[in-house]
Amino acid sequence: MESSMEKRELTCIGCPMGCQITVEMDGKEVKDIQGYTCKRGKIYAQKEVTNPTRIVTSTVRVTGNPEVPVISVKTAQDIPKAEIFDCVRALKNVTAVSPVKIGDVILHDVCGTGVDVIATKSA
Amino acid sequence: MSEYKQADIVIIGGGPAGLAAAAAARDAGEDSILILERDSRLGGILNQCIHNGFGLHTFEEELTGPEYAQRFIDMVEERKTDYKLNTMVLSIGRDKVVTAMNREDGLFQVQAKAVILAMGCRERPRGALNIPGYRPAGIFTAGTAQRLVNIEGYLPGREIVILGSGDIGLIMARRMTLEGAKVKVVAELMPYSGGLKRNIVQCLNDFNIPLKLSHTVVDIRGKKRVEGVTIAQVDSHGKPIPGTEEDYTCDTLLLSCGLIPENELSAQMGVEMNPVTKGPMVNESLETNVEGVFACGNVLHVHDLVDFVSEEAENAGRNAVKYVRAMGCPEGGKKTEAVPVLATDGVRYTVPVCVRPDYMDDRLIVRFRVGNVYRDHYIAVYLNDERILHRKRQILAPGEMEQVILDREKLRNVPDLRQIRVCLEKD
Amino acid sequence: MYDAVIIGAGVSGSAAARELSRFRGNFCVLEKEEDVCCGTSKANSAIVHAGFDAPEGSLMAELNVEGNRMMGELSEELDFPFQRIGSLVICTDESDRGKLQELLERGRANGVPDLRIVEREELRKMEPNVSDDAVAALYAPTGGIVCPFLLNIAMAENAAVNGVEFRFNTKVNGIEKTEKGFCLHTNNGDVSARTVVNAAGVYADVIHGMVSREKIHITPRKGEYYLLDKSAGKHVSHTIFSLPTKMGKGVLVTPTVHGNLLVGPTAVDIEDREGVNTTASGLAEVAAKASGSVKNVPLRSVITSFAGLRAHEDRHEFIVREAEDAPGFVDCAGIESPGLTASPAIGKRAASIIRGILHLESDPEFCGTRKGILNPSRLSKEERNELIRKHPEYGTIICRCESISEGEILDAIHRPLGAKSLDGVKRRVRAGMGRCQAGFCSPKVMEILAREVPGLRMDQVTKSGGASGLIVGTDKDRL
Repeated sequence: MESSMEKRELTCIGCPMGCQITVEMDGKEVKDIQGYTCKRGKIYAQKEVTNPTRIVTSTVRVTGNPEVPVISVKTAQDIPKAEIFDCVRALKNVTAVSPVKIGDVILHDVCGTGVDVIATKSA
Repeated sequence: MSEYKQADIVIIGGGPAGLAAAAAARDAGEDSILILERDSRLGGILNQCIHNGFGLHTFEEELTGPEYAQRFIDMVEERKTDYKLNTMVLSIGRDKVVTAMNREDGLFQVQAKAVILAMGCRERPRGALNIPGYRPAGIFTAGTAQRLVNIEGYLPGREIVILGSGDIGLIMARRMTLEGAKVKVVAELMPYSGGLKRNIVQCLNDFNIPLKLSHTVVDIRGKKRVEGVTIAQVDSHGKPIPGTEEDYTCDTLLLSCGLIPENELSAQMGVEMNPVTKGPMVNESLETNVEGVFACGNVLHVHDLVDFVSEEAENAGRNAVKYVRAMGCPEGGKKTEAVPVLATDGVRYTVPVCVRPDYMDDRLIVRFRVGNVYRDHYIAVYLNDERILHRKRQILAPGEMEQVILDREKLRNVPDLRQIRVCLEKD
Repeated sequence: MYDAVIIGAGVSGSAAARELSRFRGNFCVLEKEEDVCCGTSKANSAIVHAGFDAPEGSLMAELNVEGNRMMGELSEELDFPFQRIGSLVICTDESDRGKLQELLERGRANGVPDLRIVEREELRKMEPNVSDDAVAALYAPTGGIVCPFLLNIAMAENAAVNGVEFRFNTKVNGIEKTEKGFCLHTNNGDVSARTVVNAAGVYADVIHGMVSREKIHITPRKGEYYLLDKSAGKHVSHTIFSLPTKMGKGVLVTPTVHGNLLVGPTAVDIEDREGVNTTASGLAEVAAKASGSVKNVPLRSVITSFAGLRAHEDRHEFIVREAEDAPGFVDCAGIESPGLTASPAIGKRAASIIRGILHLESDPEFCGTRKGILNPSRLSKEERNELIRKHPEYGTIICRCESISEGEILDAIHRPLGAKSLDGVKRRVRAGMGRCQAGFCSPKVMEILAREVPGLRMDQVTKSGGASGLIVGTDKDRL
């Protein structure tokens, strides 16, 4: 039988240490993870090879506050990497209305990910 | 001196460093604090750093820049610390008279007992980089572009080449991509990136943006607006290699080629500068050669992580309070000789540059950067000739700030301590 | 029908416009760029030459010495920065002393006052950073430095206040002789004039060729420069030239009126009349030659580099006269160095020719003085506070590096021929000219322009007019 063992080299993005992690895979199955320093690294590596995700940050327009044309927003949790552009596109026509507070939900369940987009700035 | 306003501690700058210094000073019991901020809101550059990755160290959660800033703004507000916005400090005297100006107060002066310098840094402009070519519209520092996009909601360009792989450049590569622009390439003069590894992964690799190490821009075309740039490979001295030129069509060149501490005010008042960091030389209390003048954050040395800025600034805030308390109190003046901290063998600089063991806390963080990429080296610390620390690191790079911790008791136990040395060793 | 149309709003054209505005008549300046001072006038050594360089008996020598003489009074009338700091031509080789003597004699013949040779010791006292090889120097106390932008802007503003019309973004594509004078074809329609002043800089030969068969041929001669931070501004206190040696012509090192240090230029003939790009070889040459006359020039403090084009005529002589085969068409051509120095005299000469042709009468309402943009840093604390009370904009600093307030920027925008672009603001009040080179202040200046210039939106603000827009869209607009 043919072996589908594969090694993937990753740089952990969990924190600025940027640990170099090696993941050994057999098909879609993770066999071994080496090189991480903390458990965040192990979790990251596991996820990165099976279901890579990212927090997405962007801006949306604001009305009602002439001092602040746009406010910054983020996905409240990480979303699948493949959804990043769709998420940003979904924000294109979103306009927040002042007053907005940090943490306010700007867009519910972006792109069906189950994740909300929330404000990271007040206006 | 009645025409002067009075404040025990005047903090120059209401960014992350100034805010953390103010909160810590207040918590140390000082209630006469004044923050002078040139922008229209507190928070400094964090307001435009809308990406995540801040605060893991300080709050153990991953925040965006504005969220991180807001935590500290809230602390300052809760502590009812005085601040003035839209206020430009024009000069600081050696006598700690701070001259500043704004719309409401006009030109005014504050007599401080202690001053904390927290002015941050600025980006190296095109002129200082000596890039030949035309000078059209469309050449921005990464930070200027970041402000236009993140604060104003405008797009400064659609087809982009980035020179320099500093963190802001990497972050802007992703940011512009997500706003619909095409980032064609990031060129880096050095054989290694100046930014954090995680930013290369998340900001370039995620979007298949090529990073060309040992490359630079050798020509800018376009008389009114940028029409293209030429990139060439450089040799080990950073000189372009003829024949390696590649033309890129683009309407924008973003520059992320290093940050320079903004020390015009400091230099003007006679603060001694470290030519390596371009920031003040400070002792263990983060105090400059001008007594009672402290420095912290990016005005002291450029950091990668705001968490460490906050930590450093809190120390500066507490030390300023100690200084104010000790004023006019004779036994407070326990003058001891400062022991120099030397940076050698691959270590470019240290902050602080000297330590007075009697003044230091139980544990003192010494921050430093290395001058090149080093694999499998040890970070070593010597007290005189005795090695007290030997820590192996798989990789050390100039883009990532390092630190060692000095233990006061250990320092005190060395008879006749003449020097502390931080260096790299192979084995 | 205008009595006179002036082509070009550089120093020559603006000087001619101001001199003409002393007389009754309809005058108009046509400028292809969006502002005054956009060509040769904006990128040069900013030197007021004493006048010992030009050949004895030449118009160049005559107008140089006359322009130098006029500059002091003019700077007071029009309130622009000018300092007579004196210049030194450094001789670094005993065998070249003859050349120094030659310059001295030529200068005296040209009427340059107070010239003298200073010897090694005195020279070191005057300029401690002069090259160790320096053996002597020609000292010209009448040499000076000027802000070329503000000289240009001041003359143009004063002309405008005295009734001269300025049309920007208006390029002359052709000129026809008509019965009554000339018809100028521009991208903004035809303009008729009884007389024309050709002050078109590197294009003066092209414009001249539209009406005259006399041969004028101009070659753009590129000069590249380094501008250093104010921390280097006191490296020398005079304008330091080097004697041409067998290694070629040296570069000059001079303080600027704003306290920076300027080093340059190179001299390379090119073909492109808009070719103001810097080059790696040119900048390397400036760096290499900087040490010819001055030691330890702190090139690490460079804040920007730039290139300018001199309008070099084949005969290396100013041409300020009526074309023989085109009566009423007056050239100001071949205005290369010392053109900036000579400009007030060039303008006067051109205007007097036009006056002679048209028999113009003096305008008793002419007002020859102009107040520059208020510089609050020159006021006392009390005066400044009074100003901020009345106009709070003067309390907000926009450009940190040069300490330029919003009030100054508003003045730059709202005064006659006000700024419409980032570069326009920069040339008038220096916002963006400091060590961060507009990194911090450009978004703020853009906002102020968008707010204050009628009909200008933020996304239409330009760096220097035309296609030099700074913003290309809004976020996500093409997603």
